[in-house]
Amino acid sequence: MPEVVIRKRVVCVEEIFHEGGPVAEKPLRRAATIAVIRNPFAGAYVASIEGFMEELKPLGLEMARQLVAVLGGDAKVVEGYGKGAIVGSAGELEHGALWHVPGGYAMREVLGGAKAIVASSKKVGGPGTRLDVPITHINASYVRSHFDSMEVGVNDAPRADELLLVLVMTTGARVHARVGGLKASEIKGEDGLR
Amino acid sequence: MKAKIRKIVTLVEETQREMDREISPPTRRAAAIAVIDNPFAGTYFEDLSELMAIGEELGELLTVRAVTALGIAGPSAESYGKAAAVGEDGELEHAAAILHPKLGTPVRRVLGKGAALIPSSKKRGGMGVVLDIPLGHKDAAFVRSHFDGMEVRINDAPRANEIMVAIAVTDSGRPLPRVGGLTKEQIKGEDGLR
Repeated sequence: MPEVVIRKRVVCVEEIFHEGGPVAEKPLRRAATIAVIRNPFAGAYVASIEGFMEELKPLGLEMARQLVAVLGGDAKVVEGYGKGAIVGSAGELEHGALWHVPGGYAMREVLGGAKAIVASSKKVGGPGTRLDVPITHINASYVRSHFDSMEVGVNDAPRADELLLVLVMTTGARVHARVGGLKASEIKGEDGLR
Repeated sequence: MKAKIRKIVTLVEETQREMDREISPPTRRAAAIAVIDNPFAGTYFEDLSELMAIGEELGELLTVRAVTALGIAGPSAESYGKAAAVGEDGELEHAAAILHPKLGTPVRRVLGKGAALIPSSKKRGGMGVVLDIPLGHKDAAFVRSHFDGMEVRINDAPRANEIMVAIAVTDSGRPLPRVGGLTKEQIKGEDGLR
């Protein structure tokens, strides 16, 4: 399989103090890391692409570790996660799907075996395309306070023959979460759902 | 703290390849953006000194955030820029009050020097408005390799009664500069221009 060739890396951290209500004692932080890489399958239909997932694993791990680092270095502060991909115009949506395994595996690994499925979104688009990366609790998908998302994008990426890969981690609930549902304190943690 | 901050976003971009050439070391730039309450939204106020004081405060806070995100000491920064976007109930002059009278001094204090004018841009806009922060060498405005810009955007800011204030700092110029002009090695650093 072709090697991973990175053009650009972007890291974005949002620190949210309030949204019109009381100022949070601990501000919510959301961090995204983005890698813009060459799409080795751009321009033509390639039947067998699965092997590229293995090539992406080291990049996924590095990105997951980078997120923990920018959030202060302690994986225990991470409560939510998500992932996504934008495929440049000479590629197909299926190329974005290559990120599911290496991206998800990497975050679970770095977070010490998080149980919930990693929420994801993907699309095909031109440079500057914005992607809403969905976010859910790392151990129980149904924790309502942690349903969130983070918008990401890079003005000059992805070019036609590129893939933009994203991982997102957050440190808590929405800043003024108050619509009930399963609470983080009620997680059983058996099935990754509740 | 005079500024009522809702949110702070930091962003780091690292370019490792351009036109399939390796950029070594990679060029890096960081932006730190604060979303603050606009105390003068909705009504005409003659005296804007409160915003000028907020500018002074944010000059230090955002520059420290940006150099910290780059992982460099302030004096290692090479270029800088600033920008503000005023929500729809404010006026352009509010951005000017933050950016121009007092913001520069703490920026230069954090960066050690900064003889050159800090290039700036401003606009009024709705949530998700794009700010192109102009960049120029911090000690000599004519250094051609460092004329650049960094695009920033926050999907949920500025609200009508908010202002988005951004400072960008780099540790490098464009990835493959080759249009001549004054180089950083030729800086005299006396007048902020050459």
